[in-house]
Amino acid sequence: MMKFRFRRQGTDPQREKIKQELFAFNKTVEHGFPHQPSALAFDPKLQLMAIGTKSGAIKVYGAPGVEFTGLHKDTTAVTQIHFLPGQGRLLSLLDDNTIYLWELVAGAPREVVTLLHFLHPLLLLSATRVTVLLLLRSCDLLCIGTEGGGVYFLELPRLTLKDSQTLLQDQITQSLPDDYRCGKSLGPVESLQEHPQQPGKILIGYSRGLVVLWDLSTRQVEQLFLGKQQLESLVWERSGNLFVSSHNDGGYSVWTVTNGNTCNQQPVSSTIPYGPFPCKAINKILWRTTQTGSPVLLYSGGMPRASYGDRHCLTIQQDKEHVTLDFTSRVIDFFTVHSIEQEKEFDEPSALVVLLEEELVVIDLQNPGWPSLPTPYLAPLHSSAITCSFHISSVPPKLWERLVNAGKAQQGRQHAHGSWPICGGKNLAPPPKQQELLLTGHEDGTVRFWDASGVALTPLYKLGTANVFHTDCDPCDDPQDPSNDPDMQQEEEWPPFRKVGCFDPYSDDPRLGIQKISLCKYSNKLVVAGTAGQVIVLGLSDERSDHMVDVSVVDLLQDREGFTWKGHDRLEPRLKPAPFPPGFQPLVLVQCLPPASVTAVALHAEWNLISFGTSHGFGLFDYHRRNAVLARCTLHPNDSLAMEGPLSRVKSLKKSLRQSFRRIRKSRVSGKKRTITTPTSKVQEANAALAEQEDVAPVQRRIEPRSADDSLSGVVRCLCFADTFLRDGTHHGPTLWAGTNSGSVYAYALEVPGVGSGRACERGGAGESSVCVEAVLGKEIQLMHRAPVVSICVLDGRGKPLPDPYEASQDLAIAPDMTNAHSVLIASEEQLKVFSLPKVSAKTKFKLTAHEGCRVRKVALVAFSSTAQEDYSEHTLVCLTNLGDMHLFNIPALRPQVRYDCIRKEDISGIASCVFTKNGQGFYLISPSEYERFSLSAKVITEPLCSVQLDRPLEPTPLVKPEK
Amino acid sequence: MNKNHRVPSNRSLSAVEVKSKFGAEFRRFSLDRSKPGRFDEFYGLLQHVHRIPNVELLVGYADVHGDLLPINNDDNYHKAITTASPLLRLFLQRKEEADYTTFGTDSLTRKKNTVLSAVLLRPDTNRKKTPVIISLPRDFRPVSSIIDVDILPETHRRVRLYKHGQEKPLGFYIRDGSSVRVTPQGLEKVPGIFISRMVPGGLAESTGLLAVNDEVLEVNGIEVAGKSLDQVTDMMIANSHNLIITVKPANQRNNVVRGGGGGGGGASGSSGRSSDSGASYYGYSSQGGVAAAVSMPSHIIQNFPVGELESDEEDEDLVIEAGGEAEPIRRAPSNYSMPTLPRYEPHLNLRSATTSTSALSINANGTLPASGSSGSLGNANAASTTPSPDRATERRSLEEDGTVITL
Repeated sequence: MMKFRFRRQGTDPQREKIKQELFAFNKTVEHGFPHQPSALAFDPKLQLMAIGTKSGAIKVYGAPGVEFTGLHKDTTAVTQIHFLPGQGRLLSLLDDNTIYLWELVAGAPREVVTLLHFLHPLLLLSATRVTVLLLLRSCDLLCIGTEGGGVYFLELPRLTLKDSQTLLQDQITQSLPDDYRCGKSLGPVESLQEHPQQPGKILIGYSRGLVVLWDLSTRQVEQLFLGKQQLESLVWERSGNLFVSSHNDGGYSVWTVTNGNTCNQQPVSSTIPYGPFPCKAINKILWRTTQTGSPVLLYSGGMPRASYGDRHCLTIQQDKEHVTLDFTSRVIDFFTVHSIEQEKEFDEPSALVVLLEEELVVIDLQNPGWPSLPTPYLAPLHSSAITCSFHISSVPPKLWERLVNAGKAQQGRQHAHGSWPICGGKNLAPPPKQQELLLTGHEDGTVRFWDASGVALTPLYKLGTANVFHTDCDPCDDPQDPSNDPDMQQEEEWPPFRKVGCFDPYSDDPRLGIQKISLCKYSNKLVVAGTAGQVIVLGLSDERSDHMVDVSVVDLLQDREGFTWKGHDRLEPRLKPAPFPPGFQPLVLVQCLPPASVTAVALHAEWNLISFGTSHGFGLFDYHRRNAVLARCTLHPNDSLAMEGPLSRVKSLKKSLRQSFRRIRKSRVSGKKRTITTPTSKVQEANAALAEQEDVAPVQRRIEPRSADDSLSGVVRCLCFADTFLRDGTHHGPTLWAGTNSGSVYAYALEVPGVGSGRACERGGAGESSVCVEAVLGKEIQLMHRAPVVSICVLDGRGKPLPDPYEASQDLAIAPDMTNAHSVLIASEEQLKVFSLPKVSAKTKFKLTAHEGCRVRKVALVAFSSTAQEDYSEHTLVCLTNLGDMHLFNIPALRPQVRYDCIRKEDISGIASCVFTKNGQGFYLISPSEYERFSLSAKVITEPLCSVQLDRPLEPTPLVKPEK
Repeated sequence: MNKNHRVPSNRSLSAVEVKSKFGAEFRRFSLDRSKPGRFDEFYGLLQHVHRIPNVELLVGYADVHGDLLPINNDDNYHKAITTASPLLRLFLQRKEEADYTTFGTDSLTRKKNTVLSAVLLRPDTNRKKTPVIISLPRDFRPVSSIIDVDILPETHRRVRLYKHGQEKPLGFYIRDGSSVRVTPQGLEKVPGIFISRMVPGGLAESTGLLAVNDEVLEVNGIEVAGKSLDQVTDMMIANSHNLIITVKPANQRNNVVRGGGGGGGGASGSSGRSSDSGASYYGYSSQGGVAAAVSMPSHIIQNFPVGELESDEEDEDLVIEAGGEAEPIRRAPSNYSMPTLPRYEPHLNLRSATTSTSALSINANGTLPASGSSGSLGNANAASTTPSPDRATERRSLEEDGTVITL
């Protein structure tokens, strides 16, 4: 019986059940900032904010942890979103002139609102284009302004057109004075605003400047405001006694609405705030009254065209206080959070929320100086481009606390401590069982630490590495980001700019870019390696420190002759002591030569060793004794490309030459006509004809085995430390493993003083401090298929991966089995193989590429816990391929378990950015600014779980057929 | 003492007396004629009795005609044992110093003395005169073959390309395209993968079994339908050491005619083109190797050491292992259950003449060192099953300052 089960695991129902309890694929939540946002809306009743994107996604946010997402069927840009306040419904207008009604519906537990449910679309007449939407406060009527100047009315929630109500421009033109009419059209409807006090009256603003107060019940023009400037937007004052219009010329006008006066020729006042020189349009204006004094005026744009026309600005004005918020990306839309109770006399705005193209900025309007508020979600991950990421599961509380404190110290002087204004819904997710940390390395040399424990990815701490080096910018002002610094305000300047936001895509020096990160959570040692071959070892400190960073240079070329590096120079280390704020502070800088980008890094804090690899070789460094233990060149003698660096022209010239030769050859080939004299069948004939047709420009792929001469064969792809049996089966000790692009694996036996049972102990008597770490080459393996080695991992006697440093010695994990033979799992791009140790003979393998035609991109060993049995877990090899699918294999047998489609195969950066957690989750970039979080585990899932109190029952409304 | 019982007992107990010469030293021992054992055991025994455990040897014996013939696999070892009467005379040479010219097949024209003295004295004059240099049978190996003729439709062709470690590129390109299929609804266009280009002088072209615009249907037993060009490319590269492609040739004139059970005359009938190109390309030692190749008896393929083929099979398998849950591929049992049998029977049995002619493309280059055939083959798996004599040579090329294991 047992035998039968083992032999046919694939069909064993018992095994299938276990698999179901272990594995399940879900994309759970998107972290970061939506890519290319295009619309913004706010529900003041429910305190929910919605953001629409150019790809047709709608994301709704409330209190931290409250998130809903909806995706339109087509990837059409969402141009407008309007909430039906309090109902948990919203309308979206798409770029293709369709309107959709969405609603929040209950999930599996009834009180939990899970997702936006798509209700129904309304396809509008294609003859005219919708410009603006207005939803009346009563929520039963939707007014649609169009490009043709007509206003249409739809009944809600069924979205049926009220034909009788339609207001065409002719009706308005009739009541216009002759001198204003002058035979021209009024232009598209630019703005529709409902009277704040008298329901049923709406303000209609036409592009040419005319504003009409229209009474819906009597269908009469109540008042006319004969504006002369091209209109951009309108806003009512709370009392309804006046409204403000903003114009194309950078000015705004205040109009009074007095009863009986049907035709207003002139506004009460008209101002061009940044005049007198020509200004750009004020796209949107808000007028908010306050109890204490003059109203707050907020408007976007209006900058003097010549001098600041390229700035993305939003002005906040109240009395003499005037701030021009200067953003790094375009303003999409903005709103204020203010009192909405009808009986209140004033707006009392508490916060301004500005959606920019690359980030969300929230300004506290209650505190003097209008400071910005830190956002608990929607963090702009890409404030500088993400270059790598690293995840740490179950962070020890002590490290967490110190990181939080270091982060607070950083933020302290930048942000006010106002409360987050968007606080709708209730987060029902249980507090995370463990703290998770996501580290992102950036192009500007910073490493950002994110709290990835829950649904909202929040910034904890930011580490800069630029101050280790002497860079172009003045070393005195560099450690702090100047953008949020209130001291940087230039008071004297007009307009009074204030830089806001942290999106800063421009890197001072591309060489600062972070390529690899490794953190030991027990010893708080961090290794950060970058584009110019810099490897920095950092330690955590709670105190500010001024010190010099030790510099050590490791020549990876060794004695190889005839190679000259043509790439970038190394970064110049700073020669004088530099101030380092609390947090991670650099201890040693190891500079690889040639200064090629670091391609692999490994840290073993228990042995005080780091290892690093580039395209030329790898090195081993003892950061405790500050000496280089080993440098090994992995270059193939024929490899010339490795010397050229990333910005070389030689490569492209070579390539283009090759291509042009190919073109010539191709044209010669196609010139020859093949003649088929006796085609055997019609099919053959047709095939041949097809083949002839396609001969024009076929995409060809060369079939040739990998050879040692392939360029960049020496690139070190992975490094790994392990305490295992390399030399013989009885003595285990520290080892270092390195795998290259050409399928070579080097295994070194290390002698670390005080570790292991080897000779080190015998010599121990000589005095520990004088003893150095030694490395002896133990094994060199050349994989026959020569595919790049993606990952190396040593498995213990039970076939489980070895625990992390300190875990075994401090009883933090089950001690590895050192009595039975170990094995090493080597994952290349083509095959997964397990070899026995110390003999290194192949035990099991799985040829993924030969069988599936896909190549391994990322590999991780993950512990999957069962949903059914509390204490049951399996170690599984997770494999992400170049086709974007996840293959799961058990270890060490390497039997395929499940396969999931995860990332589109075209999304190369998504696949390249994927990072796994140790318990079966993962992250990958779906855009430069967003991580998709996914879960392969049936048990460990981090997804939004929240509720929203609605005016209506949570049952989904039956779907209504669209009516034209 | 020996003499007393040697002569009679030899016959009755069917023991073979062996006299083995290595350099100036002789060793005598006997073997059981009925149970000679395997060649590798015999080889080990020779190394043992001569006390040269790590010396790579070339083993030759004098046959009944006095010709020096090689012993390098089970077949010719058994042949040597069975034909030895009463004494089996062995001549051992160091592989590095081996003189291949001494082996001869055209025994009738030569005298015993010449051959044997060539071994013993190695006269330079003799070497110069040798008109044809043909390497050892063990250095012959198939470069391509048509397989599974009996189970495939006539319009399809399954071609096996043996890349081994040789320098010659595989030399072909593939592209996307569409093929027309006959369906009940009429002709239908379906996407397919086609051979788009052959590199002149490449392995694929030289076999003549593949041509531009042939549609690729399977790669090592896995259908390519539904797979992208990149996937198929990766699959082929991953299998490049032992690539088996099933194609639908664009030119259907040269299809194998089923039922003609092979034989010498079949060669011209079934695949004239492939035999032409195969012979002309591979007889590149212009000293008349072509003739030798053409007249080479078909048992050469059987002489091709199974161990070497197996080492390839071991590493470059067509199928995933037993217990792997991927869909089982037909005719592909676990390589653990059948470790010694080659995968494709037709390959060994020479069912069709096409097989024999194409497989006869030989590497007739006497200057090629014996290890060249597997120099970068990297058969550590072979080493685990049978101690490969090529290992040391192979190792030397890679060796640096530590243990090198080539897989």
